[in-house]
This record gives sequence, C-alpha cells and structure tokens, in this order.
Amino acid sequence: MSHKRNRNVGIIGIGQTQYSSHREDVNQPEMINEAVRFALEDAGLTYDDIDCVVHGNMELFEMVHQPDLWHTIGTGAYGKDAYRVTTGGTTGATLVCAADNLVASGMYDIVLAVGFEKLQEGHTTGGITNMADPLWSRNLQTGALTGATAGAMIREFGEERARRAAMKLRIDMDKHAMLNPNSHRSFGLDYDQLDDLMENSPKLVGELRLIHMCSQSDGACAMIFASEEKAKELSDKPVWIRDHITIHREETFNLFGKEDAEREETTHRFAARKLFERNGIDNPVDYFDVFEMYDPSSWWGLDWLREFMLLEGDEHLKMVENDELKIGGRLPLNPSGGVVAANPIGATAMVRVAEAALQIRGDAGGHQIPSEVKHALASGFGGTLWTVLTMLEKDLDW
Amino acid sequence: MARQKLRQKDDKHEHCYIRDGKLALPYQYFAGRVGSRFLIALRDKKQILGVKCEKCNRVFVPPRQRCERCMEDLSDSWVELSDTGELTNYTVVNYEDKHLPRKPPYILAMIKLGGADTPLPHILEGIEPGKVELGMKVKAVFADETTNTILDVDHFEPV
Repeated sequence: MSHKRNRNVGIIGIGQTQYSSHREDVNQPEMINEAVRFALEDAGLTYDDIDCVVHGNMELFEMVHQPDLWHTIGTGAYGKDAYRVTTGGTTGATLVCAADNLVASGMYDIVLAVGFEKLQEGHTTGGITNMADPLWSRNLQTGALTGATAGAMIREFGEERARRAAMKLRIDMDKHAMLNPNSHRSFGLDYDQLDDLMENSPKLVGELRLIHMCSQSDGACAMIFASEEKAKELSDKPVWIRDHITIHREETFNLFGKEDAEREETTHRFAARKLFERNGIDNPVDYFDVFEMYDPSSWWGLDWLREFMLLEGDEHLKMVENDELKIGGRLPLNPSGGVVAANPIGATAMVRVAEAALQIRGDAGGHQIPSEVKHALASGFGGTLWTVLTMLEKDLDW
Repeated sequence: MARQKLRQKDDKHEHCYIRDGKLALPYQYFAGRVGSRFLIALRDKKQILGVKCEKCNRVFVPPRQRCERCMEDLSDSWVELSDTGELTNYTVVNYEDKHLPRKPPYILAMIKLGGADTPLPHILEGIEPGKVELGMKVKAVFADETTNTILDVDHFEPV
C-alpha cells in the first residue's frame, strides 16, 4: 500500500529557466518569474487559476531573510495562501511532497511550487559549513566536499576499477547534458579523455576531483499540481504522483556513530527499501524506465545507485561499465545530465521530479528516452544523506 | 564601503549592475550542560569524556543528552575515554579555503577512541598522506593554549 491519500494528484505544468553560473540580467523574483511563466504556459493556466503557492530555497544562501515574501512579485502569490519550505538540498523534493500533500488532502485544487537558487549571489560553502555542529565539527569540516565515498569505493573495488567507473559515469552524464539546452555545464567530454581526466583534473578532497563535483548554478524550476479531477480536465497528459518518502536519520556531519561499517543499511537504501516494499516493487531496475538522481558528484552518483536500486556487490559498477545507464540503456540515469550538469540547489531536487515527469510525457526534447517511459523515480538529497524519493506514473493503474 | 560595478558591455549584459556586499554575522551557540561538561574536562583535565547508553550499550563521543535510537537521557552517564584510538576513516583535503583549519594538503580523520563506540572527527598530523592506514593507532595531542573548543585537542598523531 502506498501512502494514504484522499485523492490523486497530477503534475500539469512544468517550467525551468536556463541554468548557468550567472544570471545578472535578472534579479531573484525576475528569475523565478521566468520559471513560473513557463509553467503556467505549459499548463495553459493564468495566475488566477493558482490556489496556493509553495516557495523554497536554501536558508540564507543569498543573504535574504524571508525570500518568499519578497518573491511574491515573481511567484504571483499576492493575496493567495503561500508556504515556504527550506529543507536544504532536499528543498525541491520537499516542495513537491508539500504541494502533493496540499492537493491530495483536499485543501487546494491547484498548487504552484517554485524552487530557486542564485548561488552566485551568496557563499555556498560557507552556508553548508554552518550546518556542521558548532561545538564539535564546524571548525573541522569541509563544506560540501567530501572524499570519504571515493576512499571507500577504492578500498572495495580497487583503485583502477573504481576511478575508471566514476569517471566513465561523469562522461556519460556530460553526454546527456550536451543534449539538454538548459544545462549549466556541458563540456563535450569524450571517452578518450578518461585517463587524462583521471590524472589531471584537480584534486579537491581525496579522490574527489573538480570534474566529479557539481557546480554552483543560478536557476529556477516551477511545477503545477492539480487534483485528479482538475488534472484530467486541464491536461492532455498529466503525470501522476504515486508515492513519496522522506527519511532524515543523521543530524549533522560526522557525528554520533554514522560510520558505514556499523550501520545496518544506508539512509538511501533504507528509504528505497521502505518505498518499494509498500508499493510492491521487487526489482526496481526492471520496474523503472528512468531514474533522475540527485548526484552531487560522480562518486556519490555511482555509490548511491547501488543503494537506491537495492543492488549488491559490484552490480552498480557493471551497469556503468556496460552502458546500461545511458539514454537508450537498461535504466537511463539522469537523461537531463543530472546535478553535475546544473545545481541551483533549492531547485535541484525539484528539477529531478520535473525531468522525470517530462520523460513520462515524452516532452524532454533532445534528451528524451526513445522507448516509452511509464514509471519514473526521482531522488532528492540534502544535509547529511537526507533522502526524499518520489515515484511518478504515466497511468493511474497501480 | 560597498562598490558597484558595471559588467563588460556585451549584448546580453548591457546595463546590468551588481551590488557587491559583505555580511559578517556574529553568533553564539550555547553548548548546554552536557557539551559544557565535556569541554571543561577537556580544558582543565585534558580528559576526553563520553556518555554511555546502558540500554543500547553504546558510548557516544562527542557527548549528547539523548541516545538517538532509544531516546534515553544520557546526561549523567559519563565515562572517561582513552586519548588514543583507532583510525576508522580518513581523507586528504587538497583545496584551500578561508574556513578550513589548515593549509592543504592535510588529513581529516575519523578516530574511534578507546572505550567509545562512535568515531570522532579530527585532524591527523605527523604522517604523510600516502602512508596512512585504516586501523592505525593514533593519539591526541593537546593544544598549548585553550580555545574552549574541540580544538583543545590540537590534532591526533600516530602512536
């Protein structure tokens, strides 16, 4: 049994800005408004049709207090019910959960959710470092950059194989990003550069190199959610939200016994197992037609694939090595290019859901998967391995 | 004094001003009784204390008021830990940033102290990054002058 819901909810509008390192031609509400206008156009609606607005981004990243109020002139929330969500990197995914819950509950028929970030305007690593416990680790830790996963994978699979797989996945993602005109970073990498990148991309922390790591991006994403009745009335191809799960298990970085070795299972695996169990999905790799994962770095993307897909041993490495994650492969991973291609943090996790929904609709453009997409999974990631997973369906038949 | 700058005039960014600013925000963080007791013992006695959950049979360091799993109150279940321990994980920081505690490259390590069940994050010195091995024994080196923080242990080094 999936989550109890009073009524079904469909995604009927999607809008994204171009993602880039700088958007100095627009201020924050202006940039948000671009995404909102695209979403309204996509749904064929006007501001008047929206019952409620949910707004989100990282706390204080742009040094603005209560941006939801200031951004009313961008979101169109003037005189409407409005909420603010700020759950770190998972913000975009939590925005989707919140909008879904608001509609499913019967409180509102049509909800607009907006996630944004203008990372160029603040100090991201400073912000993230402030998540670390002020007493025990704030003066020690390294912001968003962590090298422990690469170290663990090298120990498990050997240096050569682990490093090649991580870089192969990085190039796979860049190939996808090249097909997505909204990408912030699309380099045109090719596989003959693999050895060069493995040796010469600057090292950040451990074997985490600059090329592996996501960027700081500017951009916004907006989505419109409607009750089943309204969705069927207003949209030719609504995408249905089947279920979502949120798991927060670790409070801050590096504290209180969060060593992999002594955990029964990682938070990602814990979340995926619970979600799939309650929806009767035995083999997620075969069930899902696309997986849009929040992959902050290629090392994490690679490692987390095993956790989210409930794989064992080196099955995830084999999927990379055998080209199974590319568009047209067995389980296309991030046809959009993923987070390593664009990371406007407060929008990032929502973009995963939006891109998964576009794949189901068949409207992803240049990075559309060639075969039919009926079942999609999107992940959000934030803080210290906090997880939100969202399941989308083409048909209301589960 | 904040300055305003005009970006290079290309087609896309003509007349797009950026206002540079800087906020330095002072803050306080109250350690609480549990955290304070740890810091006072570290400062005055060079002792590293943990708290034990009798129900889950786990010793936590740094200390905390409650066990995350059973939510028992651990405020008065102090145990003294060894100042030596075992390296359970590490990484090498290669990039430089103002907020980091050392110039790169330096080693960040997770150290499970004798008597503890959870590892403590700290800096490892006195060894080349390429020679670090999991499981190696390391010892706390206390700072000469107190800062009333976890950096009253200045770093760890191989035994």
